[in-house]
Amino acid sequence: MPQHRPTTHPGSGPETPVIEALHVSRTFRLGRGRDVRALVDVSVTVAPGTCLAVVGESGSGKTTLARAIVGLERFDEGEIMLAGEPVRSRQRRTELRRRSRHIQMVFQDPNGSLNRRLPVRVAVEEVLEVHLGLRGDAARQRSGELFDTVGLGREHLDALPSQLSGGQRQRVAIARALAAEPAVIVLDEAVSALDVTVQAQILDMLDRLRQERGVAYLFITHDLSVVRQIADDVVVMRRGEIVERGSVGDVLDRPQHPYTRLLLDSAPRPGWVPRRRLNTKEDTA
Amino acid sequence: MSVEIHGLTLDLSSSGGTARILRGISLDVADGESLGLVGESGSGKSMTLRCLLGIEPAGATVGGSIRVNGRDVRTLPDSELRRFRATEVAMIAQNPHAALNPVLPVRRYLAEGLVDAQGLEPGDASERATALLGEVGIADVERVLAAYPHQLSGGMLQRVVIAGALAGNPGLLLADEPTTALDVTTQAEVAAILSEERRDRGMSMIFVTHDLDLAAAVCDRLAVMRNGEIVETGTAAQLRDRPEHPYTRALMAARPLLYGKEGPRASAPPHDASR
Repeated sequence: MPQHRPTTHPGSGPETPVIEALHVSRTFRLGRGRDVRALVDVSVTVAPGTCLAVVGESGSGKTTLARAIVGLERFDEGEIMLAGEPVRSRQRRTELRRRSRHIQMVFQDPNGSLNRRLPVRVAVEEVLEVHLGLRGDAARQRSGELFDTVGLGREHLDALPSQLSGGQRQRVAIARALAAEPAVIVLDEAVSALDVTVQAQILDMLDRLRQERGVAYLFITHDLSVVRQIADDVVVMRRGEIVERGSVGDVLDRPQHPYTRLLLDSAPRPGWVPRRRLNTKEDTA
Repeated sequence: MSVEIHGLTLDLSSSGGTARILRGISLDVADGESLGLVGESGSGKSMTLRCLLGIEPAGATVGGSIRVNGRDVRTLPDSELRRFRATEVAMIAQNPHAALNPVLPVRRYLAEGLVDAQGLEPGDASERATALLGEVGIADVERVLAAYPHQLSGGMLQRVVIAGALAGNPGLLLADEPTTALDVTTQAEVAAILSEERRDRGMSMIFVTHDLDLAAAVCDRLAVMRNGEIVETGTAAQLRDRPEHPYTRALMAARPLLYGKEGPRASAPPHDASR
């Protein structure tokens, strides 16, 4: 159904979730009968203009969930809807492109979205051309505005990635994501590699963009303190399953699941003292 | 083991010219004390540790003095420098995979230190390796001893590296972001092991990290670094309650808090993208 997608997202009334994933499962078959259940019956909903954090440690399935929602990973069972429209597990390229108008992704390492030989504005202009049909001066003008939006001076438009700091490159990646005017951006550990002062600036900026533009976030992170800063709701994942979900206040201040409590107890904070658990065998690869 | 670093400078020459990486670092670590070097990327904290071991990068010019138990390690003859590195000081880095030979089992990694550096008999070394792994909280010691690095998780491997560091009974432990690559629950465990073992053995430690709260938890005193300089030194409580340098205050304010302060952080002007 090659239906034309206008600027506003069809079916995205105030009550239609921008992301609705229902009972999604994904098993990786490693051969020799070794299966990894990366996602087990996972359901998440993101309402327009809200931020849902997905928190978990390595191997929890949080990145697999993000990639399945964006269409970079297939899923075995369940249903994923973007703005009320179901998406298939295996996407055709044209369909992926259509979908990327609605949903964009920002990764931990911005270098994957940038060509090291081309000025960074090209990364933004590509998206403007594909999704808005803008070229030439119009595209250049619009990328300048997007750089303003993410707090990067326009003098950086013609910079090569290597001439920018990690924080500045991540701002370019966010400008690129915004260029498509998506209803939701999936951020996969997007601030994790940044220095803490830079991280604070980027989190402030993301917060402001949400207020000004109503863009929603699916915010993947291992860092509970960051969840407190940015999210409305949070799901806690462990070994492919959601073990707890709720508002940030409820989950962080009144955790119900023992694993959520362990995560909270393990996070460094003022006055924190790390404690040894008894010898554990679970820490195996 | 005490450390006195005085006026340490490091200049790095490349085709583009010379850059001053360390701008006169002075710090003291008392015998049995743990000092946290806290700073953001490029502040020079790792480079300070490298100077202490004499493993600064090619093209570096180092000035100033580094005294360990009164001896200037920068002027030690080669044979003594080797002995200093092998038996008196131990280093734990961020990536434990880099410390272990991927084609040898853990048993051989530990034996190498115990037999070659300590001069133990192979039988005694094996017994000692077993005991050390027990100390760092490894329950299934035999499985871990027989395993190759790729078969173990990062947290398990970092414990192996800590066991290897403890094997030589060093007086000084240098830890460079030893928990940064680990999951948060594993980080808590490894930080606890490191900090307990250090205290029980009366070792001195320099702990490099970007995480103020982590440094505060495992160190007696903190030194905040920025741009190749130490801007402020004090106990965690002093730095938290009465930070004097604006950068210490900015660092304190910027870190996201799990409890307490909510909403947008006051620290960062939203449009400031100077970094």
